[in-house]
Amino acid sequence: MNDSLLSLVTFLPTFAAFILLVFLRGEDEMANRNAKRVALTTTVITFLVSLFILSGFDPSNTDFQFVEQREWIMGFTYKMGVDGISVLFVMLTTFIMPLVIWASWDVKTRVKEYMIAFLLLETLMLGVFMALDLVLFYLFFEAGLIPMFLIIGIWGGKNRIYASFKFFLYTFLGSVLMLVAMVGMFVQAGTTDIPTLMTYEFASETMNVLGFTVIGGVQTLMFLAFFASFAVKMPMWPVHTWLPDAHVQAPTAGSVVLASILLKMGGYGFLRFSLPMFPIGSEVLTPLILWMSAIAIVYTSLVALVQEDMKKLIAYSSVAHMGYVTMGIFAANQQGIDGAIFQMLSHGFISGALFLCVGVIYDRMHTREIDAYGGLVNRMPAYALIFMFFTMANVGLPGTSGFVGEFLTLMGVFQVNTWVALVATAGVIFSAAYALWLYRRVVLGNLIKESLKSITDMTPREKMIFAPLVAMTLILGVYPSLVTDIIGPSVEQLISNYDIALANGAAASQMASH
Amino acid sequence: MIQADLNIILPEILLALYAMGALVGVVYTGKDKMAGLLTWLTAGVFVLLAIWIGASGSGENVGFNGMFHDDAFSRFAKVAILLAGAAVLVMGQDYMARRRIARFEYPVLMALATVGMMTMVSAGDLIALYMGLELQSLALYVVASLRRDSVKSTEAGMKYFLLGALSSGLLLYGASLVYGFAGTTQFAGIIQAAGDDNLPLGLLFGLTFVISGLAFKVSAVPFHMWTPDVYEGAPTPITAFFATAPKLAAMGLFARVLFDAFGGVVSDWQQIIALLSALSMFLGAIAAIGQRNIKRLMAYSSIAHMGYALMGLAAGTALGVEAMLVYMAIYLTMNIGTFAFILSMEKDGRPMLDIDALNMYAKRSSGRALAMLFLLFSLAGVPPFLGFFGKLYVLRAAFDAGLAWLAVAGVIASVIGAFYYLRIVYFMYFGEERDALDPPRSPMQQVLLMVSAAVMLLGVVNFFGVDTAAQAAAAALLQ
Repeated sequence: MNDSLLSLVTFLPTFAAFILLVFLRGEDEMANRNAKRVALTTTVITFLVSLFILSGFDPSNTDFQFVEQREWIMGFTYKMGVDGISVLFVMLTTFIMPLVIWASWDVKTRVKEYMIAFLLLETLMLGVFMALDLVLFYLFFEAGLIPMFLIIGIWGGKNRIYASFKFFLYTFLGSVLMLVAMVGMFVQAGTTDIPTLMTYEFASETMNVLGFTVIGGVQTLMFLAFFASFAVKMPMWPVHTWLPDAHVQAPTAGSVVLASILLKMGGYGFLRFSLPMFPIGSEVLTPLILWMSAIAIVYTSLVALVQEDMKKLIAYSSVAHMGYVTMGIFAANQQGIDGAIFQMLSHGFISGALFLCVGVIYDRMHTREIDAYGGLVNRMPAYALIFMFFTMANVGLPGTSGFVGEFLTLMGVFQVNTWVALVATAGVIFSAAYALWLYRRVVLGNLIKESLKSITDMTPREKMIFAPLVAMTLILGVYPSLVTDIIGPSVEQLISNYDIALANGAAASQMASH
Repeated sequence: MIQADLNIILPEILLALYAMGALVGVVYTGKDKMAGLLTWLTAGVFVLLAIWIGASGSGENVGFNGMFHDDAFSRFAKVAILLAGAAVLVMGQDYMARRRIARFEYPVLMALATVGMMTMVSAGDLIALYMGLELQSLALYVVASLRRDSVKSTEAGMKYFLLGALSSGLLLYGASLVYGFAGTTQFAGIIQAAGDDNLPLGLLFGLTFVISGLAFKVSAVPFHMWTPDVYEGAPTPITAFFATAPKLAAMGLFARVLFDAFGGVVSDWQQIIALLSALSMFLGAIAAIGQRNIKRLMAYSSIAHMGYALMGLAAGTALGVEAMLVYMAIYLTMNIGTFAFILSMEKDGRPMLDIDALNMYAKRSSGRALAMLFLLFSLAGVPPFLGFFGKLYVLRAAFDAGLAWLAVAGVIASVIGAFYYLRIVYFMYFGEERDALDPPRSPMQQVLLMVSAAVMLLGVVNFFGVDTAAQAAAAALLQ
């Protein structure tokens, strides 16, 4: 079973989607309930099966594990595998999806299609984290746009059309440049096998492109092409503008998937492709990226302060948190990268939970305007408690997982560039400001709005959805080595390869100049 | 000797005899009443010929002193042309019958056009080239204006004829220059006269005119102007035919001329083809954005797709030809499916070609909408559909040949182009509810739509072996 475990996990949801597509007929109550049940059962089973991956995973082994390989077209291979960096993203995905499906229990329109879209999306997201072939990766990476486009467009809010087109075209433009670079890598290295490419040295001689001198040559160009894709996906300032639109218009479950999992693909891409494959290109552009991250943290935190729409505020806060991730990755030391991965996982739980929090009151009042609320604590004590918990986690309160990631990345970047660390730390204060202010305006104070007088507290179903997220946030907050033990050896390997490649590059350029 | 020559062109001879026999036979019996039967019969003959050519042909046979080549390349193209022709014939039959334009001349002319196309892709000589091209074109001029009582249809036929004549003139002028400077009309002789580098100026002139003439036939920018009008004006089944088989035939001919006659001087024509390719991709992508009529939209879409196929040719390598053939095979499949859908877009029995007539289509016929969704994303080149692998193929060829700029231009154009395909998805899935289109009537259209959508997804597993065949074809052309 071990040799096709990854495929099994990946394609279980597709299988269920196929069953729904072919066998489920009708639009009545019964059919809708069956669609939801099938989807929930499948995602739960997928999660349970994925536990086998985690339990069989050997952290001390830095190679890819559970590898499966089959011949494919055009000289590509169907190759899947996980290492310390990707295995936890796989777990995050299978963990979040049942909650997402359960949170969608009240969807009324086109339930069958809704569930099919989410199930397919799960397959594609899992594939991204497992693929060990460039083209296979690209296939999963891009195909994920289709279900998300439909989710935003069909089940989204008022301005959904604009948001869905912007989401699709923005990310598509980023990705096709990456595709060109992938073709270039294939032509040059003769293989699309990711583990081989991770140790392949692409040319790095300075070259001239259209009159510009490009330091780091081909590596820098390829780095930029991949950067175009991952930076948009991440999203990094200044190409983040699709995210607030997509988040605000997406249905709650769509927002959760977007924030918890889809945004992690960018960071994962940097770790899987940019750093190991183009070390010299990475080094050339590191200062730029560090400063972009620092600006992102401060700027988007300030933008978040003035938002009037709750989802938009959280979306901007996501961009700020992703700033810590890119900063940590390109600090390229153990703390930085450990912290970046930790931050991504923890953000997956926290921001997902925050979007669910918004969803809870949106389902009741059908508005996301901050002004429409106030004093909810009087009628919804349980909700106030949970919202409080995740607000604090978002701010990075010690004891929650939010703190560990921010602290590690800041520590990592401090060793590389103190000024960037200084600016980024200022962002921590801003994030406290917008998050706490949001909380005060929505939950605290007197309940004066007539419309809120009859609002009800969370149902048991909603509480149960939050329970696992609370647990994970707390556990990772007080016992972070649960994560760092698994990712540590792989990250160490990544950094040592990176340093060796840089040293080789420096030696080569020294030879050339003598 | 003549026996051997005739054996080589036996499929063409049989098809031509069939067409003439059918013409005589039907004129003396039922005339238009026989049209339905004759359409099916012709499609059957196409399929049989395709199987025969695909299964029995082997090696390279040159007939008529090098005027006619039967090799893996021509066989690949012929099988694709015949199958596409058969698919278009059967899916349009119901449409033609209900509009009372099911004339018996239609299948006969299609058969003759197909003979022309089969000659085109086998041509080893400028004269054979022209014969094939004109046989194809003349038959198509007539079918474009098959609907005599419609102003648009006759206008389409007229425009197609005038511009086609102009392009033939350009081609002939180029051919005469080539003949004048090379001293022969045979490709094998021209390639020797052209040498390995520094093409003589006269030959370069001739080559440029020949390329211009051929660019008309594949509707590459800036020779594309006829395409939208002809696509819109011609009856839809005939538009479907224009969009498929003749495009592949013209591309095959293009490859023949470039590689068989000018294969030694790739650098002399590479820039021209690369420019045609880049312009086609961008114009096709940008101009389609403003289109509301789905047939005009598909016209611009086909212009853009020809741009990508030309990218394969521009590479000037065996890999490029292979990529072009695979791309064209995928393109044919996608277009057959899409046109099978367009043929069924009707309201109260009248064709309804405005794309906003598709509003909320997904709610009423979710299966067909899903199939169309597959095809549209495939046309846009989004993975995991086959259209993406077609693009990947040509990108690789272009990159491999050092045309990285063309690859970048291609992917950017594909993002622009994605917009209008997405807009159709938008109408089908997100739009507002409106009056429903009629339910589909023709089972053949349904079958072809579903099969081609399924191929878009399942072909990803192994291309159904088309890539191996294309590889052999490319090797045969470039040996």
